[in-house]
Amino acid sequence: MKPYTLFLGCTIPVRAQNYEISTRKVASALGLEFIHIPNFTCCGYPISSLNEMTAEAMAARNLALAEKEGADICAICTACTGVLTEVGKKLAEDEKARAEINKRLKPVGLEYKGTVKVKHFARILHEEVGLKKIAKAVTRQLKGLRIAPHYGCHYLKPHEIYEGFDSPEDPRTIDDIIAATGAESVSYMNKTRCCGGALLAVDENLALKISKEKLDQLKALNVDAIGLVCPFCSVMYESNQKKIETTFETSYNLPVLYLPQILGLAMGMDAKDLGFNMNRVKANAALQKAGINA
Amino acid sequence: MAEPIKIDKEALSFRDEVLNTPGGEHLLRCFACGTCTASCPVREVDENYNPRRIIRMTLLGMRDEVLRSDFIWHCSTCYTCSERCPQGVHLTSIMRALKNIAVREGIIPEAYRMQAKSIRAMGKIYEIEDFDNKKRARLGLPELEKKCPDLEAIIAQGELKDLK
Ligand code: SF4
Ligand code: SF4
Repeated sequence: MKPYTLFLGCTIPVRAQNYEISTRKVASALGLEFIHIPNFTCCGYPISSLNEMTAEAMAARNLALAEKEGADICAICTACTGVLTEVGKKLAEDEKARAEINKRLKPVGLEYKGTVKVKHFARILHEEVGLKKIAKAVTRQLKGLRIAPHYGCHYLKPHEIYEGFDSPEDPRTIDDIIAATGAESVSYMNKTRCCGGALLAVDENLALKISKEKLDQLKALNVDAIGLVCPFCSVMYESNQKKIETTFETSYNLPVLYLPQILGLAMGMDAKDLGFNMNRVKANAALQKAGINA
Repeated sequence: MAEPIKIDKEALSFRDEVLNTPGGEHLLRCFACGTCTASCPVREVDENYNPRRIIRMTLLGMRDEVLRSDFIWHCSTCYTCSERCPQGVHLTSIMRALKNIAVREGIIPEAYRMQAKSIRAMGKIYEIEDFDNKKRARLGLPELEKKCPDLEAIIAQGELKDLK
């Protein structure tokens, strides 16, 4: 497999190191190598609401850094994946737009030629590593665990930029990977429902209400954990779980796990090596259910 | 009682402004079916939020009401409406276009202003401090550049140059 540059974005390197650690461990065990680019910046997503062109220039700068290394981008935040994919596609197809953006990259000594491909890690797992190889790497079946996949909007949508690798209305790639670990991937209504994360800074209460809906539903289904692929979704469902519990006088105590943490466990790695100690809602009970000591 | 809505030249010019802002191109395709509103996760928890209404108000040229409304900032950019719209209206992009126009008029929520400030100064929303790099090293994670000067250069030459 060709090496990828690993794009971390703003949140992961300081607030979701458990996601980064587990991603690196699992990737390396499956033969996927990452090139480190220390000066990748914000992808541009938060700026796109303010000014699209400036956000595109930011995304293009990141794409140009990867291009210089001659490698594609593996992103693990869904918003980063969305912005970098969308801008990458536009700049690959539209020469005029590329020339326009390159004018803005000139002062920082970069030029983007339009050759970089962007994929989310979970998509690479499904599409390039493949379920067969994943199943072979599983040495410890997570039998008995019931995990609800949460996809995250920008992992799937807008579908025009994602070449049909999964369905925006009835997705299955993350279900497939969870199932490959021996755990049950629990199907539920509104599986593709938004976490509300984009609204957290603008209107906290509104954002929490959106997250609450899914937590309520999953509580009723009695799942052991949520499995997800975006630090912002995790901020909503895990970091804010306590706040949702106190605001709306309810309780969940529902572990929120990153997909590579789940996969890593099934590949026989220790929970502590996968950053489980950094998860705020402790997953010990769930791990015990699968016969693993936390 | 509310006044009748006048669709005069000025009103039509707002339409054109949105049509000419990246993302706003498909505005005129909307036939007001309401699929967007019925699919919207924000609407589900706040019945005052209504993407179809924002489109109608835009088409009717209600420039001030739209640009000054909190609603344009309450879109979570989930793309559900865009995916389901039978007319191929890219509503998420229209929302983005409306926010971009509001920013041109100097309307910008404080949270976004703060984020933009951090990104301009450091390249990221959250600062990478020595403490973070030390912690990363302890966890076996590679060091990251603390501040990226490129973003000041990129933002200073663009439309947001005065946003400080
Ligand atoms: S779904 Fe499309 S056509 Fe229907 S009201 Fe919304 S934007 Fe208009
Ligand atoms: S993109 Fe915005 S308006 Fe459309 S469904 Fe999602 S939150 Fe609602």
